[in-house]
Amino acid sequence: MGTNPYLLTVITFLPLLSVAALLMLRSDDHVWIRRIALAASLAEFAVSLLLLRGFSSTNPEYQFTEYRAWIGDAIHYHLGVDGISLFLVLLTTFLTPIAILCSWESIRENVKGFFVSLLVIETAMIGVFVSLDLFLFFVFWELTLIPMYFMIGMWGHERRIYAAVKFILYTMFGSILMLVAILWLYGKAGTFDLPDILSLMQSGQLSFPPRTELLMFGAFFLAFAIKVPLFPLHTWLPDAHTEAPTAGSVILAGVMLKLGTYGILRFCLPLFPEAAHRMAQPIAVLAIIGIVYGALVATVQTDLKRLVAYTSVSHLGFVVLGIFAFNTTAIQGAIYQMLNHGVSTGALFLGVGMLYDRRHTHEIKEYGGLATPMPILMSFFLFIALSSLALPPLNGFIGEFLILIGTFQSHHAWASWAASGAVLSAIYLLWAYQRVALGEVTVEKNKTLPDASIRERVILVTMAVAIIFMGIASPLFTRRMEASVNNIIEQTSAPRNASRPAAVPLARPIAGHVVTLPAHPVLATLAEKQVRP
Amino acid sequence: MNPFVGDQLANLHRLAPEVVLSVFGILVMIADPFVGAARKRVLGWVAFAGAVLALASVHIANHFPGPAYSDLIRVDSFSMFAHVIILVAVALAILGSLDYLDQQHIQRGEYYALVLFAAAGMGILAGANELVTAFVGLEMSSIASYVLVGFRRRSPASNEASLKYFLLGSFATAFFLYGVAMIYGATGTTRIDAVQAALEKIITADQHEPALAVLSLALIFVGLGFKVVVAPFQVYAPDVYEGAPTPVTALLASAPKAATFALMIRIFYVAFSPLTGLWFWLICVVAVLTMLVGNLAALVQTNVKRMLAYSSIAHAGYILVAFAASTSLGVAAVLFYLAAYIFMKVGAFLIVTHLGQQDEKRVSIQDYSGLASKQPVVAACFSLFLLSLLGLPATGGFLGKFFAFQSALIVQRRSLTLLVVIAAINSVIGAYYYLRVIITMYFQAPSRDYTPSRVAPAVAIALAIAAAGTLYLGILPSRVLDLAQAAADSLFSH
Repeated sequence: MGTNPYLLTVITFLPLLSVAALLMLRSDDHVWIRRIALAASLAEFAVSLLLLRGFSSTNPEYQFTEYRAWIGDAIHYHLGVDGISLFLVLLTTFLTPIAILCSWESIRENVKGFFVSLLVIETAMIGVFVSLDLFLFFVFWELTLIPMYFMIGMWGHERRIYAAVKFILYTMFGSILMLVAILWLYGKAGTFDLPDILSLMQSGQLSFPPRTELLMFGAFFLAFAIKVPLFPLHTWLPDAHTEAPTAGSVILAGVMLKLGTYGILRFCLPLFPEAAHRMAQPIAVLAIIGIVYGALVATVQTDLKRLVAYTSVSHLGFVVLGIFAFNTTAIQGAIYQMLNHGVSTGALFLGVGMLYDRRHTHEIKEYGGLATPMPILMSFFLFIALSSLALPPLNGFIGEFLILIGTFQSHHAWASWAASGAVLSAIYLLWAYQRVALGEVTVEKNKTLPDASIRERVILVTMAVAIIFMGIASPLFTRRMEASVNNIIEQTSAPRNASRPAAVPLARPIAGHVVTLPAHPVLATLAEKQVRP
Repeated sequence: MNPFVGDQLANLHRLAPEVVLSVFGILVMIADPFVGAARKRVLGWVAFAGAVLALASVHIANHFPGPAYSDLIRVDSFSMFAHVIILVAVALAILGSLDYLDQQHIQRGEYYALVLFAAAGMGILAGANELVTAFVGLEMSSIASYVLVGFRRRSPASNEASLKYFLLGSFATAFFLYGVAMIYGATGTTRIDAVQAALEKIITADQHEPALAVLSLALIFVGLGFKVVVAPFQVYAPDVYEGAPTPVTALLASAPKAATFALMIRIFYVAFSPLTGLWFWLICVVAVLTMLVGNLAALVQTNVKRMLAYSSIAHAGYILVAFAASTSLGVAAVLFYLAAYIFMKVGAFLIVTHLGQQDEKRVSIQDYSGLASKQPVVAACFSLFLLSLLGLPATGGFLGKFFAFQSALIVQRRSLTLLVVIAAINSVIGAYYYLRVIITMYFQAPSRDYTPSRVAPAVAIALAIAAAGTLYLGILPSRVLDLAQAAADSLFSH
């Protein structure tokens, strides 16, 4: 059976179609609204898995492409996935049913609106990952904002309005300048089509003076850096995360932050290679500050959800660092870390949400000794925390390790500084776990809390399986990324820049080894290092 | 057939929309005394039929392109595009007025007649190729609107608005007339294309711009700037928009703006095209001022009508960004923007009309709290219009801004790039006040003391059209964009 030529369109708009179905239901028919939303999102996940079957891992080009005229001659409906966006699409379709399931009981008001928002966000996020036309990309990019704004503002906690407004104004400010840059780029290139622009650049028909390139890079990067968020643009994130309902946090941390890192990888690097190289140093410094600062601030939080929010600042710092190391290993690690972070931090927020459903507070001091009344929930919590702090052989380890190794190849100092973040993550997560779960039950109310329900166990087991699977089966992922990552690196270190490509050939075989020996990457790397000099 | 008669017939066809509007206006006036006070609504439907027929007759006029009445009026794609925009806005405003006038107990025939006469004036503005004809159009639409603004006779705010609008408006049209006199002095003609030719000749002969023409440019800009509401001539607008009956505000904020922008394009791009170097800077500076004044003032408004008034000032600023591009692409962008703008703006004001209640008591933003739980569809429609005004993708407002910015950036001129950056930052400032209304509607608890009345069928139709238009222009703009481009090209092809 050949692959459906409209597969990507189907995947992108299936959630929107189910929104239409939801809108036809009576708004007080909560049971069926939930069921249909869940069924639609599961169907969406199943359909998106078809991508894996038809995907060729040796092909660095975009696959499943669709290309149709849309507005005028310049704007096209151009979709496609490569090894980078493939897994991000899957992450999105994987996390959405989880988010729906975790809102099953906690969302009681305006249930229809909630699931409609969730599914609209899904369409918009997938759209961002599969768009190859800058205009189309921007449309989806902005479309993610409004439903998330409603989600935080309508179903969030006490300071939800403040958080929602802060979230949307911050992101809009970044993206509007990106829009100007996109238009400016169009003025130069005469098209919004990303592959076309790149081939124009490759053939030398399109080039920018250094100052202009830097400005354009800045406009794109600002939009993405706010979304990531990169220190010091992160201040919207703790508020948005803390105030959002659980599903909102899961989607926000799980996928939406990756829109930023994905954007950097997809647009900033290949479109403005020279500026990217010039700015690599300062950006890496910001990323490292983010790693350490995020970790330190997380350590001193008294609010459990805020703590998890700050871990995102730290973990995404790793991703940005990996991207700006410009070698295959580090970028593969960065992409892998995006997926890991989506699963692990998503799972952490799910756990926090389950606690919140029981006690309606995020204060750490309100908890303590929870392992006694809730052994199952708390063991899963520990497991997730361990995955988040990158314990081998769980998923977090692979990502962080690839990033650190790759970065080390080109910049020893960066890697050494960043490694401290890995240590700090152990401190804040384990300490938080200790305060929440271990010891005597300090608050009377906590003694009678029910353990995880069937629904919650389903969620937790799914996440745990994903964590283990991604920890031991990383070759399945990295193998499919490699060609596209090399492609990006090639575009980034394009003809003009000859100073850095030395790092690339060194890094490739290492990634290869990690691929063959996933369970012992340390040994593989050490062996590699012994051999090479 | 006698060639003279044939010529006159063709001219009549070229003026078909204005003829239809005037005939229906007179019909409404004549019928008014014969219709009982309880059944005045019928006149509204007659007026609506007139607007729709006028819209259809644009098609007739379109078959007779060319100059009419010794080239006083031009029938080209440009004028036709503007006509459609104006007439759609007028039709929507009439639909919104039917139940509003009942509610305020001011259901009268002359209201609809005045709306139709104003529309005819605007049509003339859009097609005028001669400055005195343009002045007649300007006065026709202005004088009718002065009366319409004061139509809530028992309301002091409405009276004040009417007087203010009348006094300042008279000043502005006087400025325009002075400008026309000056240009006649400088070139010896008032025909727009003849002015262009004469100016070019003078400039090549003297090697500098004639002082009279420059003065005329400034005076005409004051007159038209007042009508399209740009800073620093914006001071009257919030008061007038607030005091006027809301459907009239919907009309004022949309149709005259489109008509005047059309005239302004014709005057600046054709007559004053030899002076482009001068007015380019004028437009840039005014655009920045207008956007800043509109957006910053809108931030602190508590009255929805005032907020939307300032928002429409800001939008005039965005339109000027495309205007400043001084290319045919820029003209197309202005036209597309106007098309998108009337749907979202009229739509937004119709929501305010619907929620206003008797004596327009409910027009503060706080009155909208929790609207989403009382009338979810109304709240969703209003959100759509607000998000479109904000410029969110998949709405007409976004593409309007997009094409405006695009047309300015493609010139690759540093001052225009800077202008676009300022406009972009402005649209983020604007996001705050639009979102604030959405916050009130969706995130705040409903106020208990007030349940909005049911949406009247006429209003529902108008809202559906406005919402559909906003989405259509946001998702499938190709067709309208092509028409706008053809319209812009027709302007330069003479």
